[in-house]
Amino acid sequence: MTLKTDLNIADPDALYAALLAAHKGLSAEGSAALNAELILLLMNHVGDVGVIRAALDLARQGKV
Amino acid sequence: MPYDYKPFPYAAPPGLKHPEPRHKVVIVGAGPIGLAMALDLAGQGVASVLLDDNNVVSVGSRAICWSKRSLEILDRIGVGEQAVDMGVTWKVGRTYHRDEEVYSFDLLPEDGHKMPAFINLQQYHIEEMLVRRALEEPLVDLRFKNRVTAVDQAGDHVHVSIETPDGPYALTADYMIACDGAKSPIRSMMDLDFEGELFEERFLIADIEMTAEFPAERWFWFEPTFHPGQSALLHKQPDNIYRIDLQLGWDTDPDEERKPEKVIPRIRKVVGHDDFRLDWVSIYSFQCRRLARFVHGRVIFAGDSAHVVSPFGARGGNGGLQDVDALGWRLAAVVEGRAAPAILDDYDRERVHGADENILNSSRTTRFMTPADGAERRFRDAVLSLAGKTGFARAFVNGGRLSQPCVYPLPGAPDHPDLPEVSRPGAVAPDAPLGNGWLTEALGGRPVLLALGCAAPQIDGLDVVAPELTETLARRYLGAARQALYLVRPDQVVAARWVEADAGAIAAALGAIWGARA
Ligand SMILES: Cc1cc2nc3c(=O)[nH]c(=O)nc-3n(C[C@H](O)[C@H](O)[C@H](O)COP(=O)(O)OP(=O)(O)OC[C@H]3O[C@@H](n4cnc5c(N)ncnc54)[C@H](O)[C@@H]3O)c2cc1C
Repeated sequence: MTLKTDLNIADPDALYAALLAAHKGLSAEGSAALNAELILLLMNHVGDVGVIRAALDLARQGKV
Repeated sequence: MPYDYKPFPYAAPPGLKHPEPRHKVVIVGAGPIGLAMALDLAGQGVASVLLDDNNVVSVGSRAICWSKRSLEILDRIGVGEQAVDMGVTWKVGRTYHRDEEVYSFDLLPEDGHKMPAFINLQQYHIEEMLVRRALEEPLVDLRFKNRVTAVDQAGDHVHVSIETPDGPYALTADYMIACDGAKSPIRSMMDLDFEGELFEERFLIADIEMTAEFPAERWFWFEPTFHPGQSALLHKQPDNIYRIDLQLGWDTDPDEERKPEKVIPRIRKVVGHDDFRLDWVSIYSFQCRRLARFVHGRVIFAGDSAHVVSPFGARGGNGGLQDVDALGWRLAAVVEGRAAPAILDDYDRERVHGADENILNSSRTTRFMTPADGAERRFRDAVLSLAGKTGFARAFVNGGRLSQPCVYPLPGAPDHPDLPEVSRPGAVAPDAPLGNGWLTEALGGRPVLLALGCAAPQIDGLDVVAPELTETLARRYLGAARQALYLVRPDQVVAARWVEADAGAIAAALGAIWGARA
């Protein structure tokens, strides 16, 4: 499998809102902890090492 | 009861009076690796001189966990059964976060092996057994209070300068094996660098004596209530001794932390009472480093002098014994002129590979235990938090991945897809019951052709072992096939395997063991 980079979600606005809602009221620390757990959960769900590595590479692009 | 450190006798070496004839092999350092090395060479019929600057066994217990592979190697040199009898046998490890179990492992879920997954036995006991064996072995010339002060390589030999209580003398040898430990003076004398990583963390390591009924299991905690925010390890040894490791933090003062008035309250919190005696206490920080190469002309490094790892995974001493395993038969063949010195490069390649695997595993564990601030700590904490609510995250919890023999890459080694993975080329031949004994006892020391379910072609210089097929042998060696031939090296590593093979193919694979390139 290759990493999907075209839209793969039915209602992006609603999902984006759900992501923000999950963080609502959390401290910066709490948010960061939530993000870390979320990444691990999704990584496990995806399971495909090639896809995950491609996502890591793409996300890292342009960061210092 | 506390261990009684009895000094071993020193005798003035002959070289003080008149030059000694050239030796085949000089080994520097009578720690577990040097001792096992000398005994393994003796098993190959090669005499060695074993020099140690000291005259007692390791002070403090240091290594306690000895792996199945180490026990098989120790068995070949005559102390394996004794070690198992004396040690605490274990195979289950449990990892806790706070006070809840989040992960457990069983290192040997199946029967049919002579040796258990692990035993715990103090390093001083292992060394004492090895010293006793070495003292009865005529091919080992063990010299205590002989400190090596200089090494020079000249053409076809090594020149060694030695200091004794009666003054200096010198030896020459075809080869020197440096088993002089993590601080290796030989390494410094030869200006060799140790490359790798140092972890900025301190650990309190204590052995305590107490009467308690803890099971024979490895218990590891992240952030236990008795030692908040840090990690802890509890492990049982013989003689009512328990090993306790406590992570302290990099900013603690090692001299303060060593004091009994600091140590005792910490231990009281772990065991819940005061009814124990401190046997040995030390403060450590750990490194994961190695030499770029282990073979430098006629000087060969093995054990901690070649590589060091953090102890969470028990890969130091166990890794060193695998160096012995990979070196002994090769060096014996070289000094006896049965093989070209180039086969020592195979030792270098295989054990660098092994050391890298050990360094990789123990660095990952150490990093998980002592994450850097920022992303490392966030993900570590996320794993621990998820481990309480999901199954998958438990596999990420890393409180130590225990020593397993590595599978050597043997590119081009004959193999067959129907045969099972456990016994593939490069792996240690798996043990199995054999009549009243064990397969491991029939293999090793010399190359062997293992014939299962078929007749073996006759080949010069190759012993055949052709046991009756059992269900265990079939499972570990045949898989989907009805018959097979396995070529097993002197270190019990599978060199090649076939479902069917003619004498020519087997002879070619045998030649490759001894360094003949196809
Ligand atoms: C706290 C702790 C826990 C550990 N736990 C484990 C474990 O559970 N399992 C495991 O497998 N490993 C463990 N290890 C690692 C293990 O102790 C080492 O890997 C092992 O001791 C290495 O053996 P060695 O023979 O290479 O070196 P050493 O044991 O260090 O022996 C070196 C010898 O060389 C001698 N020497 C030094 N210089 C000279 C000289 N100039 N001339 C002559 N002789 C010299 C020394 O006196 C010494 O006897 C642990 C280590 C520590 C510190």
